[in-house]
Parts: sequence; C-alpha cells; structure tokens
Amino acid sequence: MNLSLKTIACVDASSASPDVCDWAAWAARRLDTPLELLHVLERQSEPSPLTDFSGTLGMDMREDLLQDLASIDEKRSKLAQEHSRLLLGQLTARLKTAGLLQVTQRQRHGDLSENLLDLQNETRLFVLGRHARISATGKMHLDHHLERAIRSVTRPVLMAAGAHREPQRFLVAFDNSPTGRKTVERIALSPLLRGLTCHVVQVSSDAVSSKQALTWARDTLLAEGFEVTTTHATGEPEEALVDYAHAHEIHLLVMGAYGHSRIRQLILGSTTTTLLRTSAVPVLILR
Amino acid sequence: MISLQRIHQQWFSNIRGDVLAGAVVALALIPEAIAFSIIAGVDPKVGLYASFCIAVVIAFTGGRPGMISAATGAMALVMVMLVKDHGLQYLLAATLLTGVLQIGAGWLRLGALMRFVSRSVITGFVNALAILIFMAQLPELIGMGWQVYAMVAAGLAIIYLLPYVTRTVPSPLVTIVVLTAVTLWLEIDVRTVGDMGELPDSLPIFLLPEVPLSWETLRIIFPFAATLAVVGLLESMMTAQIVDDLTDTPSNKNRECIGQGVANIASGLVGGMAGCAMIGQSVINVKSGGRGRLSTLLAGVFLLILVVFLGDWVQQIPMAALVAVMVMVSIGTFSWSSVRHIATLPKSSTTVMLVTTLVTVFTHDLAQGVLAGVLLSGIFFAHKVSRFMWVGSEASADGRSRRYTVQGQVFFASADAFLASFDFKEVLNAVVIDLSRAHFWDITAVGAVDKVVLKFRREGTKVELLGMNEASATLIDRHGETDTAAAIDTTEPWHKKADSP
Repeated sequence: MNLSLKTIACVDASSASPDVCDWAAWAARRLDTPLELLHVLERQSEPSPLTDFSGTLGMDMREDLLQDLASIDEKRSKLAQEHSRLLLGQLTARLKTAGLLQVTQRQRHGDLSENLLDLQNETRLFVLGRHARISATGKMHLDHHLERAIRSVTRPVLMAAGAHREPQRFLVAFDNSPTGRKTVERIALSPLLRGLTCHVVQVSSDAVSSKQALTWARDTLLAEGFEVTTTHATGEPEEALVDYAHAHEIHLLVMGAYGHSRIRQLILGSTTTTLLRTSAVPVLILR
Repeated sequence: MISLQRIHQQWFSNIRGDVLAGAVVALALIPEAIAFSIIAGVDPKVGLYASFCIAVVIAFTGGRPGMISAATGAMALVMVMLVKDHGLQYLLAATLLTGVLQIGAGWLRLGALMRFVSRSVITGFVNALAILIFMAQLPELIGMGWQVYAMVAAGLAIIYLLPYVTRTVPSPLVTIVVLTAVTLWLEIDVRTVGDMGELPDSLPIFLLPEVPLSWETLRIIFPFAATLAVVGLLESMMTAQIVDDLTDTPSNKNRECIGQGVANIASGLVGGMAGCAMIGQSVINVKSGGRGRLSTLLAGVFLLILVVFLGDWVQQIPMAALVAVMVMVSIGTFSWSSVRHIATLPKSSTTVMLVTTLVTVFTHDLAQGVLAGVLLSGIFFAHKVSRFMWVGSEASADGRSRRYTVQGQVFFASADAFLASFDFKEVLNAVVIDLSRAHFWDITAVGAVDKVVLKFRREGTKVELLGMNEASATLIDRHGETDTAAAIDTTEPWHKKADSP
C-alpha cells in the first residue's frame, strides 16, 4: 500500500457527503492509498449576538470586549467541533461497514482551499462534493468553493456527483493541447481507471487534424491495455460532451483543468466550470 | 471571481450589523470631530469634513475592514502650532503632504517596522493620548461657572449609568440631547459649539490650499507633515492590530498605510484636517456589531447627513456636553490595566511605558514619545542580551598556558564585560581563546578581540584564536541563515550556562 500519499475526502454536513465518501472509498481502493475524511470547520462570519449600541467607552473596554467575543467564538467552535466529530464518526462507520478499514479522520479550521493547499503534499487525490460548503448566503457561493479549491491545488480532484456505482465507462475530454495530452498520458499510467472502457472525445471544427490527435490518444491508451473508443464531435464543447456522456451512459468524466487564461474565463466562463456545474456524473480533474 | 467573493465578504456579509454600528459610530464621531477641531484650533467644520471624507475614502482604500478612521486627537495635537503660526491653508497643504508621505511609506512597506514598537510603547502611547485628550478639555472646565460643572457631571452620569437601563441607544447621544434641551429650556448662558467657529452648511467642495508653491512653504509644512504621517500610521497600525485581535481576522497593513495616505489627500482637498484610525471608535464599532467596510462608509455618510441637515441644532450643543463625551473617550482610551498591574510587570517594561507617556505629554508629540520608548526598549533589550555572555578558562597542567572559552553574544553592550573576563596579569607563555561558540554582532566585538590579543602580546604571551570564522559569521549580516534550526542550535549551549558565572 502506498502509505505516503492519501486520498482525502472533503466532507461537510450536507447531504452529498455520504456520496463523496463512497466515491472516495472507490478511488482509495483503486489507488491503493489510505483514505482520510477531512472536515474543514469554517468560522461563521455571522456577527456575534452582541446588541450593545450604548456607544460607551468604559474602563478596560478593549480587554472586556475581547474576552466577550472570544468566549462567544469559543462556545460556537466547541459546538461545531462536536458536530463535526459526530459527522466524521457516522461517515467512518459507513465506510467500515462497506469494508474499508484504513480510514482516518481530520478536522481543520479555516478556509477549505487554504487547507487543501496545506495538505496537498501528502495527498494523491482530493474528493469533493459539488456543494463543498452550504453557505447561508445563497447558491452563488457553492460552486465558488469547489472552483477555488480546484484552482488552488496541484493534485487531481474528483468531484463526486450522485450515488456511487461501480463505473464501467469513462469519457476523456480531449483537446490535443499540451495539458490534454498530459491528461491522456496520466490516465494511461494511473491505476484509478484501469480496466474501464475509455471514450476519448474531441470537440473541434477541424476533423482532419482531430483524427490524427485522436489516433495518438488511442495508441497511448491501448499500449497500457485500455479498451478505447475515439470520437470527433462538433459544436459547443460543454453541450457536445454532456450529450455524448448521456448517449453512451458514461459513468465518469475526465478532463484537464482550466486551460484558458483567467481573463477569458472571467468573460466567457470555462468549459471546466460549466461541466462541473452541469455534469450528472462525477468529474475527475487532472492538473 | 476570488476578488468578487472577497468584495462580498468585506462589504455585504454583515449588512444589518454594519448599518446599525455605522449609525452608532456616526453619532459618536460628531462630538469627537468637533472637539478635535477645537484642539487643533480650527473651525469645527474642518474636523467634520475630514471625518466624513476620511471615513468614506478609507472604507474603499483601507486594509482593515471594520476599522474607523476620521479626524483624531493624536493628529490634532501635532498640528496645533502649525495652525497657530501659519493658519488653516498651511494645515491643508500639510495634510496633502502627509497623505503623500503615507502612500510612500505603504509603498516601501514600512508597516513592517511596527514590529519594533513594543507592547509597552503602545501602552505608553494610548495612555499619553488619553491624558492629552483629557488635558485638552481643561480650558472648558477651569474658571467656568457652577452650571458647567453640574452639566459635565450630569453628562458623565448619563453616559455611564444609562447602559444599565438600556443598551439600545447610544448614551453619549442621550447626554448631548438632554444637556442641549436643558440649556435651551432653562436658557442657561454657557458656551456652545456655535461659539467655537463655523459648522458645515453644505456638502464639502473640492478646493486646493491657497499657499504659495515654494520651498519656504515646504520648509514650513514638511516637519509637521512628517510627524503627522508617522503618528497617523502608528495609531492606524495599532488600531488595526486591536481590530484584528477583536475579530480574529487578518488585515493588510501595507494597504492600510496607502489607504490612510489616499484618505488624507482626499481630506485635504475638501478642506479637512489630517486624520487616522481611531482606537475608541473602532472598538465601539466592533462592540456595536460592525465588521465590514460598509460600517466605515456609513459612519462617514451618516455623519455628513446629520451635520449638514441638523447644523442649526448642532450649534446649540453646550460645550459641557462635549466635554463630558471627551472625558469618557479619554477614560476609555487609557489602559487602566497597565496601571493596575504595575507591580507584577517587569520594571523595564513599566519604565518604557512611563517614558513614552511622559515624553509625549510634555512634548505634545506622540512621535517623539514613541521614538523615546522604542530607543529605550532597544537599550533595555541590548542590556538583557549582553548578560548572555560567558567566558571560562582552564590552566594547563604546567601552569604556563591557559585556554579561554567564550560563549554567547559579544557586541557593543557586552564588549566591556568581555574584556574584563581576561586576566592579563597572569604570567603565561601562551593563551588559546576558543571563540567557536561565541557570536560577534558588530565591529565593537571585533575591536575587543583585537584589544585582548594586543594586550596579551605586550605581556609576551603568544595568542591563538580558535573559531574566529564561526564567531564572526553573524557579522556579515546574513541573518537568513539563522532561520534554520541547525543554525539556531549552535547558539543553544551558552543559554544553559549563561547564569552560572
């Protein structure tokens, strides 16, 4: 077993967490790594329930206020820690019943992406749910968290979506860029998807050069014993890939992360982001 | 996308708390801005415009969300002489220059220098500030009729007792409203804010200071602007640290430096005086639930609306009410625990605190007080470290030679002790001085070794130095190397033996 690197499943109190755990367990088995359940406790940014509008500056008010605020945070944090322990206990029990014995737990304070950055040196794969955090302020936030996490870490990230089932077929979104070719090479060498049928799909307007690129991808994967189907499609990448996945009952999407420049993404949004939002099946992102 | 999220977090994550806190702070800012204008010797409108402008600008440019900046006492105290000798226009020019200097300081990342300002100096600073704010109220108290004393006493009673009844309304506001109403109703003849000078009657307008653009002008305003810049940044950095601690969130200190500069330039351009972050108001803001930039912005906006539309009423506020509020501010600013715990704190820390306070109170210049405090804490530190030096020796069996072993820190403060550790009167053939576990920090240390070698030579003793290279490695200012555990480890042994001699 590869003990130096772990598969880390980022869980939270949302309903997606059991699925995240199941997918992470599947990945950990395939990669032969220990599995760690990570719960990041974010400090609630909601204001403290002090309702003092007296505006008075008494003696030693700074010290008193600091004590008051600290004890409020202390109470909240203790409660959050308790909840978190219960949650991790439940999820661990679920994994143990499913037969996975190498499960550890970890609780961290602070921001999700900062913590993933801190942990990535000991990590082989991060598994996140689409709703990496449920925030009180609204939906807009949810994807930001996942996106930020994916942008900041240099390790592969698996976004779990839907209940786990043993995948049979996966789709590689291929664009013949250096990142795209690297993605194909890494899949070919990784034990994660070994034995599954691989569909390599390239969406482009140029069918001729696409054929050549796809042949290279097929050969690379065939050499490592994959069963490969290659397809060239036209149209908007987001739609074409989703349509293909639907038509061929694909169980998992694989792609390289964020190829375009930040400015382009800011204006157009990227294929990766759109697929993360819309995909009905898990998405594996390689950096 | 990350920045959008940050904007949301810093501006709109706490709207209800920020709006309420902004209102509380605006109400508290009005008497302070007027009082500080009076300290500086300018019309109340100068301080009020400054407070509005600085609060609004710093909400966007500052590095510490939730901190309140406006016209302050610390800055007002610095500008007194400038206003007295040269007038308001030179103050406005100095305010602009202060902003430029602060932007330069932020650009050069001088905020990091704050780490040389120790806790005792900071305590001395706030204590001096509290004393000076209190002293500035004395002209309104000394030689006044009994009505004034009665009103101040009543005001303080309302300020401190009302919170026991209700905490939903700012008690300083109640004090002002009640005392103003009583004065008008009983037609008591006391000085009011209107007697102190002009109040704002319109929104601020853009104007350039009417000063000649000459070297002479620069010569007049530069010393004041430099002091203002230093004092403003000092108080702002200190306040940012306090807000960081209270809210347990980080801040961007260099952005705050630049933000303060931009805010001061803006203030100078609308006829306002220089300002900085306010310790008391920032604490009130946090206490009232303010956390985001919105609270700072609204404090400024509410202040202007109140002053411009209630100007006639503001004029009627008796000075006694203002004095009561300012006495509260000085009591709240003073660090009472520093006095209460004076017996248990190290004497050197207390001395630094007292010197900072006294120098400031007598010079009316917070920058000089802090400079004195920082220098003194540096000297105390050097003195303490100089004791971490130990010289041991062992004579050879035949008594004709001796081996000296030096450990610890050799620098200007310990060089004399170093010299005194050698016995030059002993008649010896040869001496070995092992310096491999010593650290030479400056030229004085090297000079001391030269002296030792020379003295021994003159007595006819042969001297051999061991480990000179290791000892002087620290001389070459390559401090980066001592960041590694291995480098620090080599400095360890003296630590255990230092107390033995």
